[in-house]
Amino acid sequence: MRKTRRVPDTKGYFGDFGGRYIPETLMPAIRELTAAYRKTGSSPSFRKRLEYYLKEYAGRPTPLYFAEKLTKKLGGAKIYLKREDLLHTGAHKINNTIAQALLALEMGKKRLIAETGAGQHGVATATVAALFGLKCDVYMGTKDVERQSLNVFRMKLLGSRVIPVSSGSCTLKDAMNEAIRDWVTNVRDTHYVIGSVAGPHPYPMMVRDFQCVIGREARGQVLKKEGRLPTHLVACVGGGSNALGLFHPFYNDEKVSFIGVEAAGLGLKTGRHAAALLKGRVGILHGSKSFMLEDEDGQVSLAHSISAGLDYPGVGPEHAFYQKTGRAEYAAVNDREALEGVKLLSRTEGIIPALETAHAVYYLKKLAKKTRKSDIIVVCLSGRGDKDIDIMKEHM
Amino acid sequence: MNRINETFKRLRAEGKKAFIPYVTAGDPDIRTSKKIVSALAKAGADIIELGVPFSDPLADGPTIQKAIQRSLDAGCSVRKVFDMVRELRRRASVPFVFMTYYNIVFNYGIERFIREAKICGADGIIVPDLPMEESKGLMDIADREDFCLIMLTAPTTPAERFRKIAGRSRGFVYYVSLTGVTGVREKLSDKLKGDIKKLKKMTAKPVCVGFGISNPAQARDVADVSDGVIVGSAIIRLIEKNPDDKSAMVEKVEVFAGAVAKAVHG
Repeated sequence: MRKTRRVPDTKGYFGDFGGRYIPETLMPAIRELTAAYRKTGSSPSFRKRLEYYLKEYAGRPTPLYFAEKLTKKLGGAKIYLKREDLLHTGAHKINNTIAQALLALEMGKKRLIAETGAGQHGVATATVAALFGLKCDVYMGTKDVERQSLNVFRMKLLGSRVIPVSSGSCTLKDAMNEAIRDWVTNVRDTHYVIGSVAGPHPYPMMVRDFQCVIGREARGQVLKKEGRLPTHLVACVGGGSNALGLFHPFYNDEKVSFIGVEAAGLGLKTGRHAAALLKGRVGILHGSKSFMLEDEDGQVSLAHSISAGLDYPGVGPEHAFYQKTGRAEYAAVNDREALEGVKLLSRTEGIIPALETAHAVYYLKKLAKKTRKSDIIVVCLSGRGDKDIDIMKEHM
Repeated sequence: MNRINETFKRLRAEGKKAFIPYVTAGDPDIRTSKKIVSALAKAGADIIELGVPFSDPLADGPTIQKAIQRSLDAGCSVRKVFDMVRELRRRASVPFVFMTYYNIVFNYGIERFIREAKICGADGIIVPDLPMEESKGLMDIADREDFCLIMLTAPTTPAERFRKIAGRSRGFVYYVSLTGVTGVREKLSDKLKGDIKKLKKMTAKPVCVGFGISNPAQARDVADVSDGVIVGSAIIRLIEKNPDDKSAMVEKVEVFAGAVAKAVHG
């Protein structure tokens, strides 16, 4: 475990990436959050409460399911699905929002705000706000409000306000800008629940830690079922929280390879994609230094993906670090392939994945060919597809 | 000596406070923007803050967000802002301070940005998303070039931290009057004047106040207790409201800036 403790350092850097690039107004709140996380986050009473809600409320542990039909069809390694889609609210996002809400309560904050793309993190935040009696406002780009209308309704039903954001690209990045502006304004009584391993320190570390329950469980489960570690871990990467949640607990298991799958949108060569790691440059966005899509003058480019959750021009700094150090590899799957991934899993295993997750599923087709039958792949099935049914209908 | 320090030295000798208008460079287009900046200088600006547009301005409210969008839509770039300042510098002696987000500077190359900014005649820079902890690299280079890195402080900044930031800030200390983003406010906080008086006791450097100040009366009020007043969105509103008649736009900016300058100078 010693090795994993090295990143991030006390200033929030994963090697060259991370840090805190935020207005001074927020610095005291960020320091308070860091201190609260350090003190409370590891206290036995907090861990106990968190475990209680993860188990009794969210439905942990999630199964590690051997996808026998899919394995046969693809003809390579044994494929296991880590079923985060079975969690309450339908995605891994709830792991993080329960934990952050408990932390907000500890800090005496009365209100939560969140940004959301696909709406999964927004729903997960609205859910815990209802559960713990906190006020909640969720920022969402108008384009996403339109394409994820079911989730918008869910958030409202849960008692949250959904605030449409019509600046810039009207998607996740703009929702995040607006959430930060709200936080600057209401910092004294509001906790900002960031949904990914992005943003200023301590968020990338904290969200990763809260999502690590995915990988810790998967590690134990695969050891129990197979008596050995997997050879490959696969997850989709937008900001990258489900991927780090799965990868990080295997960080020191050097023989386990990590593959993050970014959204290639209309194609990596078209310029209309969301592959920050594969095609981006180093820059500063939303409070941290990482890879991002930008033009030559440093203006942030519009990302594109059929999946609202991956439609983001940045990526968490720890992924940038993994890429640079070679600990993980990154690949990309385009819109059309992702839709194929949806069909593939639906028809072989009777599981309809979210469009985000479908990027990782499709990648298995490519990966299986390169693997041996004795290899073991664990893929993070980060979310279920109900929210995307309208988009799927339109494109299939 | 840097023009900003010279300006405060002169103002102190005259017993005056600084009027510091902000506009986004290139809004609504480079040509008009140059005229607007000249008009601000003519109206009595002591320092002019020029926004270098960034697509994701997370410390700015809707008015400046829209200004930045207009500027980018009209094709503004870092290089065009530098050219604009170079041209303005031939005629103007007023200090120019850039206000931009860190990605713009980082992407251009920190050293290259500061050196070229200095050569074209700018005097300082404000980077609202670069807190003290991340500022060392930029500060070292700026100091070497005698270019002022002006640091921001906020109502949430504890006293000890204010002292540290003020110690590192060059030219003046920027005090953000409110917890929030830029933009016109009807009323300033009742606590503001008292807060500024306390801060003034903690540093010998000039303390200038921005965010939310939108009319001559407010500016006068803040000038009473501080060393300078920064006004942005109220000016930009005049640009926004007169899109079709550029000469009226420039004239209205000049008249309004003149009134604020008069209020600040007393």
